[in-house]
Amino acid sequence: MLRAPHSWRRVLTIAPPFVWLILFLLLPFLLVLKISFADLQFGVPPYTALAEFKDEALSIVLNLRGYVLLFTDSLYVATYLHSVKMAAITTVCCVLIGYPMAYYIARSEPAVRNLLLIGVILPFWTSLLLRVYAWIGILRNDGLLNNLLMAFGLIDQPLEIYRTDLAVYIGLVYAYLPFFILPLYANLVKLDTRLLEAAYDLGARPWSAFISVVLPLSMPGVIAGAMLVFIPSVGEFVIPEMLGGADTLMIGRVMWTEFFNNSDWPMAAAVTCVMVLLLLVPMVLFQYGQVRQLEMRGGRR
Amino acid sequence: MTRPNPRLRALFLGAGYAFLYVPILVLMVLSFNDSAMMTTWTGFSLRWYHELFADRALLEAARLSLIIAAFTATAAVVIGTWAGYVLARMGRFRGFALFVGLVSAPLVIPEVVLGISLLLMFVELSDLLGWEGSNGAFTIWVGHVILSMAYVSVIIQSRVRDLDRSLEDAALDLGASPVKVFFQIVLPLIAPALVSAWLLAFTLSLDDVVIASFLTGPGHTTLPLEVFSRVRLGLKPEINALATLFMLLVAVFVLIANRVQNRRGYSA
Repeated sequence: MLRAPHSWRRVLTIAPPFVWLILFLLLPFLLVLKISFADLQFGVPPYTALAEFKDEALSIVLNLRGYVLLFTDSLYVATYLHSVKMAAITTVCCVLIGYPMAYYIARSEPAVRNLLLIGVILPFWTSLLLRVYAWIGILRNDGLLNNLLMAFGLIDQPLEIYRTDLAVYIGLVYAYLPFFILPLYANLVKLDTRLLEAAYDLGARPWSAFISVVLPLSMPGVIAGAMLVFIPSVGEFVIPEMLGGADTLMIGRVMWTEFFNNSDWPMAAAVTCVMVLLLLVPMVLFQYGQVRQLEMRGGRR
Repeated sequence: MTRPNPRLRALFLGAGYAFLYVPILVLMVLSFNDSAMMTTWTGFSLRWYHELFADRALLEAARLSLIIAAFTATAAVVIGTWAGYVLARMGRFRGFALFVGLVSAPLVIPEVVLGISLLLMFVELSDLLGWEGSNGAFTIWVGHVILSMAYVSVIIQSRVRDLDRSLEDAALDLGASPVKVFFQIVLPLIAPALVSAWLLAFTLSLDDVVIASFLTGPGHTTLPLEVFSRVRLGLKPEINALATLFMLLVAVFVLIANRVQNRRGYSA
């Protein structure tokens, strides 16, 4: 079904959102890259220019202070590793909790399914800030969880959870679980159940039918959901700041400190660039999935 | 047809939903607690709700946030719908992969990255053009539009794809211009999706702390900024009351939106 579209019309349709995105998304990011090579200076803006034209000579100075510091100071390296580790564990937990939930929601009766789906979407719509804040009241030493456990005599001393890594894990899984369930659910609900029936008819046991039929078919949903959890978790700021201790090292926090507390913009930019570099593989994986999904759906018509 | 194991189903769904909802319920119960210590229940009281509505700074911040959110949602729906329509109907074009990448990038990019990059751009702009007023409500608005238009285009894109294309083709064959086809055929058909996209963009803007922290200027404290600066050091009873009101409001919103969509025979 190919109409010969007027090409200027096409250009006029495609260009405005494209230009907007380039202007406010691509360009800003290139500026971060540029400033990561600048040096700190007093004044407005608080960094040096890369290129200078003086005495008929164009001098371009690439300052590597930020990057050198990043790769030599063991604190930065440890922070990056720790962030990736926390995001990875969060993602695994989301898969373990989210997959069965998405699966059982998708296999429910349509009326029940709709209700269950609202149950997942509702937290997604409510303030993340307030929902993470809610955990403070539960996890504190004198909070609900410790009070309950002590009332039942399970522990004598309050468990130290609030302001530890464990609290951050709980917060991250809690915040990002809907992001995993929703794309996976969208995938699972489209699953042709006749394939499962065929597997049963051919004598497959429920588990092996699940592993050899459902699991492979749902992989695109799992990957999309896992990326939606992993990538933002690595750079998360609010959750470690509210639930974590002073020693909960995460890149988002370090970058925040460099920017707001130390006012070292070039350093903050360098931290950001390396963060994006680190996330490049999962991001490309996610984007590739998006493009492929679009092309597959486009080709079907 | 074989059904999934009911016991496992109840276990996983029960535990999962408990995990999602217990914190919210705890917060709601605590908001009616008379004690300022908040860890022991001393009696039912509406005291924190009274204090909430007497709190000038919070109310002022809420007003600013609502204004920014409304402008954000409107702009994000316009640009996001446009981008979503391009994704769904324009086929491949030069730079398609880049376009897809840029549209969906804010879904995954950590918010600190979006925040700092936009801030640096505004700083460079004001440096270059001598442009004042680069800080405040306007800059927050731009950041929020960028963030929420990604969600809008994903919603609209999938909705437009599900439309029967022959309707548009028929109108084109009968001589309607593409613009007319979009406004008279496509737009009415995706209206419910536009409403939910608007609401989602609204709530995203109303909730954002990180981008606003970078882009705000003096005198422009949004509600999340105010809340965050109070709660990062622990519990504040008036915030419990605020959270309870906020969540009840959103729940009512979502339930109504769902009703409307189902009545139109459109399931999310």
